[in-house]
Amino acid sequence: MSAVASPTAAHPCPERDTAGHDQPSARQTPLHGVHRGLGAVLTEFAGWTMPLRYGSETAEHHAVRRAAALFDLSHMGEIEVTGPGAAAMLDRALVGRLSAVGVGRARYTMLCAPDGGVLDDLIVYRLEEQRYLVVANAANTSVVSAALAERAAGFQAMVRDVSADWALLAVQGPRSADILRAVTGSDVDALRYYAIDPAVLAGTPVLLARTGYTGEDGFEVYCAPGDATAVWAAISAAGAGHGLVPAGLACRDTLRLEAGMPLYGHELTAGRTPFEAGLGRVAVLDKPFVGRDALHARAASGPAELLVGLLPAGRRAPRAGYAVLDPDTGDRIGTVTSGAPSPTLGRPIAMAYVPADRAAVGTVLAVDIRGSRDTVTVVELPFYRRPAGGHA
Amino acid sequence: MNTVPENLRYTRDHEWLSDEDVPAVGITAFAGDALGDIVYLELPAVGTSVTAGDPCGEVESTKSVSELYAPADGEIVEVNPAVADDPSLVNSDPYGQGWLFRLRLTGAPELLDAAEYAALIGAEGSR
Repeated sequence: MSAVASPTAAHPCPERDTAGHDQPSARQTPLHGVHRGLGAVLTEFAGWTMPLRYGSETAEHHAVRRAAALFDLSHMGEIEVTGPGAAAMLDRALVGRLSAVGVGRARYTMLCAPDGGVLDDLIVYRLEEQRYLVVANAANTSVVSAALAERAAGFQAMVRDVSADWALLAVQGPRSADILRAVTGSDVDALRYYAIDPAVLAGTPVLLARTGYTGEDGFEVYCAPGDATAVWAAISAAGAGHGLVPAGLACRDTLRLEAGMPLYGHELTAGRTPFEAGLGRVAVLDKPFVGRDALHARAASGPAELLVGLLPAGRRAPRAGYAVLDPDTGDRIGTVTSGAPSPTLGRPIAMAYVPADRAAVGTVLAVDIRGSRDTVTVVELPFYRRPAGGHA
Repeated sequence: MNTVPENLRYTRDHEWLSDEDVPAVGITAFAGDALGDIVYLELPAVGTSVTAGDPCGEVESTKSVSELYAPADGEIVEVNPAVADDPSLVNSDPYGQGWLFRLRLTGAPELLDAAEYAALIGAEGSR
């Protein structure tokens, strides 16, 4: 077999590394040995050797929706910003108002270029009054670190790439609170969505955050790299009775796609502003920041293209890069950014950029799926919303 | 890791053929593992004439789409309705319920025996 839909750089072809051998050029997380021991199918992602899946990626996906799963996300970048000017500096460097974030809380925000293009999307935690932790996509860590250092000029703030100091594990799914409660002894129910608190796990100090990228309730655990194996083992043991399984990047991608969450390099790029992606709300335009003028103009004019959800009529999935067509003329009008068979919905789903006047829910469009013109309908995002009654 | 049944013959494109007059054709366990969970199959229609090595369908998994190549010259005489309904049979029972179609051969195809195919995937596996 040969791949006809070439997977993008962000989603490498699983066939490349089925033997699980190490890519000499790729970095390994502190949990590499654990993944090898579990028989993970490994893949190279953003310069790291990461688990793609341990067994069936569909089963891992369902575990997150129905029970819980454990991810190694140690490839993510962590950048610390400290000092009396840290809050003011981040207000200037990022699109959001980070000075308004309380200690122990987190915010989803973005780093933009002066022209308003998105350089990365970020989670920023305020750990102390004068100490923030900026979490960047692995592929963008050095870009974010350099941009923040440059934008710190004139502020009493220090920017340090501390990625090597942190391992990151995520526990996602409706049973995650039960598992974390058992393994930390903390009152995890008091930890609100987008909050972070110190905790003790497997006898070691960790930072426990109620954040995630799956559309389910869940936690992210930041710990010292040397403690990662013990933390992984403790969570695995505590989760065994709750249906927790290890899960890889393959299901992480389908989970976030169902949840309508953007992935940098797909929905977000330097050529797009937050407004096209439907995330204009993250830009606080009544304060100065790099890119504000461009974003202000974009907010006033309205974006020419918009990110939409597409639901195909057929069973074939539009994939990243496929052309969106006018169904009558066949003219290319847009581009698919992500697409896959949705395990939860049992049918393919996709996101795409299309002209703003073709973005209304219910609009019928077409996608060129390897030469055939397949009908798709614009639908509301997200494709999946977790059942009410859950946390946050 | 993958056992290669002795009673089948194989192609370099990771398909198997049963040892029958009108052989059943499927995808090997090695290929199924590499592709991940298969969610959609596009199979050739009954009556289609196919040429060895030419694309005759598609195999779609969560992460990728791959072409299905005709393993030999011939005519499609039967398609497995069960696997069209439930493509996960390719992963769960690649040499049994996961068969794809039956092919009436029109020539003598060049195929690998189990030992040759095991050597092929052994080489790919340690690549």
